Amino acid sequence: MLQFIAKRLAMLVATLLVASFAIYGALYLAPGSPIAALTGGRTLPPEVMAQIEARYHLNEPFLTRYWLWLTAAVHGDLGESIPLHESVNTLIAQRIGTTLQLVFFTSILIIIFGVGLGILGALGRGSVDTGVLFASTVSAALPAFAAAVILQFIFGVTLGWFPVIGTGEGFVDTVKHLTLPALALAATSVALVTRVTRTAVREELDKEHVQTAVSRGLPWSDVVRRHVLRNAAIPITTIVGITIASLIALSAVVETAFGLNGLGAYLVQAAQNKDFAVVQGISLVLVVAFVITNVVVDIAYALLDPRVSLGSRAQ
Amino acid sequence: MSIEILDPVADVIEHAPANRRLPKLGFLGWLSVAVIAIALFLAIFGPMLAPHDPVIGDLSFSDVGPVAGHPLGFDYQGRDVLSRLLAGARTTIFGAGFVAIVAIFIGTSLALLSAWFGGKTDTFLSATLDVLFAFPGILLAVVAAAVFGASLFSAALALAIAYSPYVARVLRGAALKERAMTYISALEVQGFGAWRLTLRHLLPNISALIVAQGTILFGFAMVDLAAISFLGLGVQAPNADWGVMVSDGKTSLLLGYPLVSLSAVFCIVAVVAAVSFLGDRLESNSKGGNR
Repeated sequence: MLQFIAKRLAMLVATLLVASFAIYGALYLAPGSPIAALTGGRTLPPEVMAQIEARYHLNEPFLTRYWLWLTAAVHGDLGESIPLHESVNTLIAQRIGTTLQLVFFTSILIIIFGVGLGILGALGRGSVDTGVLFASTVSAALPAFAAAVILQFIFGVTLGWFPVIGTGEGFVDTVKHLTLPALALAATSVALVTRVTRTAVREELDKEHVQTAVSRGLPWSDVVRRHVLRNAAIPITTIVGITIASLIALSAVVETAFGLNGLGAYLVQAAQNKDFAVVQGISLVLVVAFVITNVVVDIAYALLDPRVSLGSRAQ
Repeated sequence: MSIEILDPVADVIEHAPANRRLPKLGFLGWLSVAVIAIALFLAIFGPMLAPHDPVIGDLSFSDVGPVAGHPLGFDYQGRDVLSRLLAGARTTIFGAGFVAIVAIFIGTSLALLSAWFGGKTDTFLSATLDVLFAFPGILLAVVAAAVFGASLFSAALALAIAYSPYVARVLRGAALKERAMTYISALEVQGFGAWRLTLRHLLPNISALIVAQGTILFGFAMVDLAAISFLGLGVQAPNADWGVMVSDGKTSLLLGYPLVSLSAVFCIVAVVAAVSFLGDRLESNSKGGNR
């Protein structure tokens, strides 16, 4: 087990190194000088240009600049936005809270509704199951931005139950402001989790050890809890983890749709304004979050199913 | 006696290809096929069928509801919504098709290389895929927009690259299984070259899975491309595109006139639902065939 975790962590570091290189390198290749945004097309005296270049290390070779950026990033300094004259850390710190709240809220919705409906559909056959299947088919086809627009119209404009824009202040107000965005973000994932849960639980129900337990006269609730759900937990944990990881990038869409001042919406804005330091910084933060979530899922999977760590060596 | 035993086997072998030619899809499956056929038709002919100019509107008709000759009304710039839907079908559908085809091409090539050479090549390619998995499609598209400027092409290319590891991982497994078959080593011993074996034997035998993957990817690509256009980083206004239309109509929707956004959402959801349903069906058919 420890060996498995060590191997996954080593792969994590390697992946992050290559990914950080790709993020930095891609924006280095972008046409146009980063100073152009600063000077607004004016020609500056060469001494001033040299001063600016030295300040942002623009006169150094690419690999040196990458190394400076990476070592600073590892120490928690993501550089400075050239057009805004502000530290990327500050810009991120102002917004990361909103994104974390949104992703956390959405994850709770996914776990409650996705897993709950899946179990409900698998255990309650007949019309309950049909209802669950129908609901999951509809919400699976609803992309986050489409769900956002529909929810805004129904619950915001027509019914007036929830605010359609902005973040809100204080706990209750924040929850109120984030309810529709979280629902929009959760729609597709809930459907996916519901389906996987339903299939996993149903497969377990049909297994021999469950039938044996039932025939020995164990109470149904004990059979479900100890024999069905415990085994079904393995695929369910994986799919919940994967969908939560995918929320990290998708939050950009929902944040933009609801005018939330989060990381994703700001990344989109920075990409439009060609604010490279911010794009690099936020991309790095998002990739790190995404990759770490995936590794946590992998390790959780191995803990739940000890066969995995043995199998990985054989692969 | 022995002939009687062999007969049904021969029967099955003879009939197998005939079954494969017309897959069993069921009613919903064929309905999906019909929706996709209409979508393709609109992608090709939609811009020509548009009864009014999809880009230039008349501001005096801003957010006017359906009237005679304009069954879906006008958007905030007074442009005919039906015409914009018809004209937008092309970028939406061809864009997604481009993503699916490029991702399938890259993914299949990687899978075949991995399966054919195995060993170090396989390890190296698998490690490359692991790194690519670290980039969610939308994030890659946003970075691409920052580097190359916001356009449908940069968004589509970024998505294709982001999707290819998923294709490669699924197909690598199938290709490895096929590679291990005795008929491949038999042909190899007879001196057939790698190109011929991969292209004429390996590839056709995993083609059902490739088609299923392509269909599923097309659905994902449509959603993600529309999302990127919705963010303003894909197809650029004033050009018509379903994703752009959703975001164009949002201000009007918040003011109580939802028709523009909702009609574009409806088109996207209908095609995506059809494509993903068909993809699932094809995938379970192709897996059933292998077992």
